Amino acid sequence: MAIRIKDLVTKEKAMRQGHRMCPGCGAPTAVQQALLAVEQPVVITAATGCLEVSTTIYPFNAWGVPFLHSAFENAGASVSGIEAAYVALKKKGKVTKDIKFVAFGGDGGTYDIGLQALSGAAERGHDFTYICYNNQGYMNTGAQRSSATPKGANTSTAPAGKVIPGKIQKPKDLTAIMAAHHIPYVAQTTIHNPMEVIEKVKRAVETPGPAFVNILTPCVLFWRLEPSLQREICKLAVETRIWPVYEVIDGQWKLGYKPRKRVPVEEFFKPQGRFRHLFKGEAGQSVIEAFQKDVDEGWEYLLKMCGETWEPQA
Amino acid sequence: MSRKDITSGNWAVAEAMRQINPDVVAAYPITPSTDIPMRFSEFVADGLVDTNLVTVESEHSAISACLAASVSGARVMTASSANGVALMHEIFPIAASYRAPIVFGLVNRSLGAPINIHCDHSDSMAERDSGWIHIYCEDGQEVYDTMIMGVRIAEHKDVLLPVFVCQDGFITSHCFEPVEFMEDDEVQAFIGERDPLFPLLDIDNPVAYGSLALTDYYFEIKRQQVEAMKHVERVYKEVAQEFAKKTGRDYPVVDTYRTDDADHIIVIMSSAAGAAKDTVDSLRERGHKVGCMRIRLFRPFPAAAIVDALKDARSIAVLDRAASLGAPAPLFTEIKGALYDAGIHIPTNTYVYGLGGRDFFPHNAEEAFMDLINNKMSPEERYLGLRE
Repeated sequence: MAIRIKDLVTKEKAMRQGHRMCPGCGAPTAVQQALLAVEQPVVITAATGCLEVSTTIYPFNAWGVPFLHSAFENAGASVSGIEAAYVALKKKGKVTKDIKFVAFGGDGGTYDIGLQALSGAAERGHDFTYICYNNQGYMNTGAQRSSATPKGANTSTAPAGKVIPGKIQKPKDLTAIMAAHHIPYVAQTTIHNPMEVIEKVKRAVETPGPAFVNILTPCVLFWRLEPSLQREICKLAVETRIWPVYEVIDGQWKLGYKPRKRVPVEEFFKPQGRFRHLFKGEAGQSVIEAFQKDVDEGWEYLLKMCGETWEPQA
Repeated sequence: MSRKDITSGNWAVAEAMRQINPDVVAAYPITPSTDIPMRFSEFVADGLVDTNLVTVESEHSAISACLAASVSGARVMTASSANGVALMHEIFPIAASYRAPIVFGLVNRSLGAPINIHCDHSDSMAERDSGWIHIYCEDGQEVYDTMIMGVRIAEHKDVLLPVFVCQDGFITSHCFEPVEFMEDDEVQAFIGERDPLFPLLDIDNPVAYGSLALTDYYFEIKRQQVEAMKHVERVYKEVAQEFAKKTGRDYPVVDTYRTDDADHIIVIMSSAAGAAKDTVDSLRERGHKVGCMRIRLFRPFPAAAIVDALKDARSIAVLDRAASLGAPAPLFTEIKGALYDAGIHIPTNTYVYGLGGRDFFPHNAEEAFMDLINNKMSPEERYLGLRE
């Protein structure tokens, strides 16, 4: 069924007002958009992180749907357990409704500490959607570096110092890692355009079997970003090809968007305080150049996987 | 009706699980408990159970999936040992706090290092403050029976706590001995259906598990767990009484052997009680008034029953199969505490035995008894069967 915005805006939201996420935070935007087009009842599970602590401060609860959190590294195992119980209880007639299962984890809980549980859940083939709200660091504990943190970013455990200019390593390509599990649906997207997340998560949830969606979501506090720039920074991530949007459906890679022009990575850095040090001196400049090279290589790889070519306007 | 068969402790657990027919089992292999999920997976493959078996990629995911399935409303079981138990540690107090009635076949094995696959109680003793019920079994029959009783105790509305059913790795888990099994329908009639409170899958009545509760509420929630634990001994006795009526097998919270008129008593747990009881018989034949008390329910700690059995003794030896490095051994500490609270001072020796699977022989028990008989009393920790 086609998605109509008129229907979406009147739909009761799974996550309600009163949560305590920061103004401008990308995570609640991603969650709201993700769940908007899901027509079936959902049960949510989340890894420990900003989303979880800010939505369930006892005795308050922002979730209008069933919600489970138990620890940081086990959202993949938790969603497996819920789905396993559902399958067993449905067979016995103790649960009668069709229910969908969505897990949320930040990049710390997904790229790093929760990767094993997610990989196991994907390999076992449970019917669930795992959404990583990727804000490129351990933001709940104060901006420590993760394996999703971009090269050159100033973080609290890879700070920009006199000798070392922030995080040295490039991030792990988790979306490709999940695609390598050969699960039926994998997508990478961000919140630059609401229909992007709405459509992709709907597809993910309606696909039987495991689905993974990696959503870049700004942390305005630790990206040192003006909160009103939430959408713009995501658009820049896509335009600079730092965060291309694409899907892998049953092993077929499908590019979602090709920028018309070659936009340098600096455009993504400029609005963010976490990259400010890169614009001061030669060390920073060499990081920017290395970053650009990584982005260009990643883009070439993606084009090849998608069977696409790219001819940007001069 | 019942049938008797020769089986191992692990297979007895698996057979109980087949008859219980849980909704979800999530498990991961580790010696010596591996036999349990292996045997159970054959039942799944042969269509003998309806269970959704989740063969997870780690023990951490095993207990995480079990917890999620349990709060979803499913009846859930698993098994593990040693390092697997240690890897699960993070989730144990969470499972207790969510009041998830998981029944867990814990096959005791020493914690590394050095890496060692044999029995001691260091794995489960490290979980004694996790909020789980701990029951220690002496033999395969008791393991089988306790798995079945465990379901009733864990799921009781006044309790709603997960339970460890402990047996000694290899000694019990791999020893083949006669076990009397109930009929499948008798087991089903005894355990009944699970009637979950606040299941996650009740879409029309949504609940949140896993809230953040800080300085303003955390303490009160922990206090509720303390209260739940207080109900366990009563519920245990009710369930055990009903079980005894059905099967003729009676399991008090502490198992006393010739303690009534005993001057000297050994306190011990699990399979080593066999050697200790044999030693009681041989020393009785030689005119010594000795007895043995085996602690079956360890959490919650049945202090009153223990004091009642020990109060008239002249001296006591507490034998621990785990050391608390840098402090007195765990069972010894608890026994002393129970006696102190009752205002009873009985000289008590403390021994550590059997670490890493070191055999415990009747002569080791006799050594401890002879110390008591010869009044060689000391608060110093001593070791049985150790080369020094």
